[in-house]
Amino acid sequence: MAGGKKSIVILGGGTGGTLTANKLRKAYPRELVDISVVDRSDGHCYQPGLLFVPFGKGKSKDLVRTRSAQFRAGISYLDSEIDRVEAAKNRVYLKDGRELSYDVLVIATGARLIPEETEGLLGPGWMEKVFTFYEPEGADALASALKAFDEGTIVVNIVDMPIKCPVAPLEFAFLADSYFKDRGIREKIRLVFVTPLDGAFTKPYASQHLGRMLTERGIELVTEFNTAEVDGTAGRLVSYDGREVGFDLGVVIPLHGGAEYVGRSPGLGDELDFVLTDEHTLQAKAFPNVFVIGDATNVTASKAGSVAHFQGEVLVENIQHYLAGEPLEEAFDGHANCFVESGSGKALLIDFNYEVEPLPGRYPSTIGLPLLKESRINHWGKVLFERFYWHGLLPGRSVPGIGARMPLSGKIGVPVRERSV
Amino acid sequence: MSMTAETLEQIEFNEEGFFVDPQAWHEGLVPELAKRDGIDELTEEHWKVIRFMRAEYLAKGAGPTVRVLGKSSGVSIKELYQLFPKGPAKLAARIAGIPKPRGCI
Repeated sequence: MAGGKKSIVILGGGTGGTLTANKLRKAYPRELVDISVVDRSDGHCYQPGLLFVPFGKGKSKDLVRTRSAQFRAGISYLDSEIDRVEAAKNRVYLKDGRELSYDVLVIATGARLIPEETEGLLGPGWMEKVFTFYEPEGADALASALKAFDEGTIVVNIVDMPIKCPVAPLEFAFLADSYFKDRGIREKIRLVFVTPLDGAFTKPYASQHLGRMLTERGIELVTEFNTAEVDGTAGRLVSYDGREVGFDLGVVIPLHGGAEYVGRSPGLGDELDFVLTDEHTLQAKAFPNVFVIGDATNVTASKAGSVAHFQGEVLVENIQHYLAGEPLEEAFDGHANCFVESGSGKALLIDFNYEVEPLPGRYPSTIGLPLLKESRINHWGKVLFERFYWHGLLPGRSVPGIGARMPLSGKIGVPVRERSV
Repeated sequence: MSMTAETLEQIEFNEEGFFVDPQAWHEGLVPELAKRDGIDELTEEHWKVIRFMRAEYLAKGAGPTVRVLGKSSGVSIKELYQLFPKGPAKLAARIAGIPKPRGCI
């Protein structure tokens, strides 16, 4: 590495930012590279845990740990909102007035919820009759609302894609079915899943499978519903093409966008403030010394922690290549995997990438967890994952057999789907 | 009239009605394509959206989703649904001769 000490600035200390900072700190001695992370708050929430809070399994505050405590020694932490990035000048402007210059910038500021963009969503009824479990306050409030709910219609509504963890709304519906069965009042509850997609999920094979699981549980499915308005007073969703779905309790996943500062940073983002990113190298399209990880990118991989985990390996190697003046590796294949809670203490696992949709079989190879099949072991996998998150994933430890590239060895029947769906 | 119909007959569509070869599209086909999707009268606003879709596709390799269309085309989502009642992004993409807007994952 030529030219003296380098500075790497990482915006965002969530899953992607923290694991990147820790991996880079392991890769470079302190006398060669300075590493700083900027975030606006010192609380790091284990977001997958929010799904369980509405069903009385813990409070959201138990999912939060100190952000700066997740970093290895030798990483500076700056607590501030970001005003903007001027990538042409290699500078970051913070809201508190500080300015940072960098040799390499990593953008890991994730996705933000934009409930205000949907008419009526934040109006009368919000947090009384209409909730989201995608943020801590909403998940806690939903727990009280569900506890008091013993008759009527619950809708689960995705306003539009993309969203974080695209399977979470389905999991919520499955868990709600199981929750009301346990309370012995399932027959008094109508569950309706309302989605802008043309099926239960985005990928055809998994969509059929998950659609069947909705049917088996008596959960109604309303498709191609583009929500224009949420009326919390009357209790109804209205679509742009004039359809209505009534509810007594609305569980709404609001519109998502990238971090607001991306929109104030020339040349960086798309219309929704996601950063224009090369889908295989994870380099920003417009600036060679800017790299992007996790929910902040505009790539067509899922917005999920597992994706940030798999991207982390490729990202850190490519930053090293960049600083050494070597060509980047086009190594990221869109690999994602997620445990899908299906209720009654079971879960299924799906594993896929840009090219290959979720298939049955086993993961990571012929001996491993069952894919696309409900089992108790997958549920325990999901439960135990929280421990791995804090002690394995964030510190940047690699796990043998669980790598960036999606394995094919345990999968059964490999129909490669068309690239442009 | 028969000339136009013949021209459309030579176009190859996929099972969802999108152009297999976007290069085969030209503006002269638009009235017939719109009729196929139940739009008998094309207004300036229709043309604005169709041309915008086409330009976005040529610049970025993919057509915009409804939400992005509402943010960037100068036509609000509500108006887009009035113009293309069965789903603006899908219909306008079919009429603009570009692939189905990529669903997000």
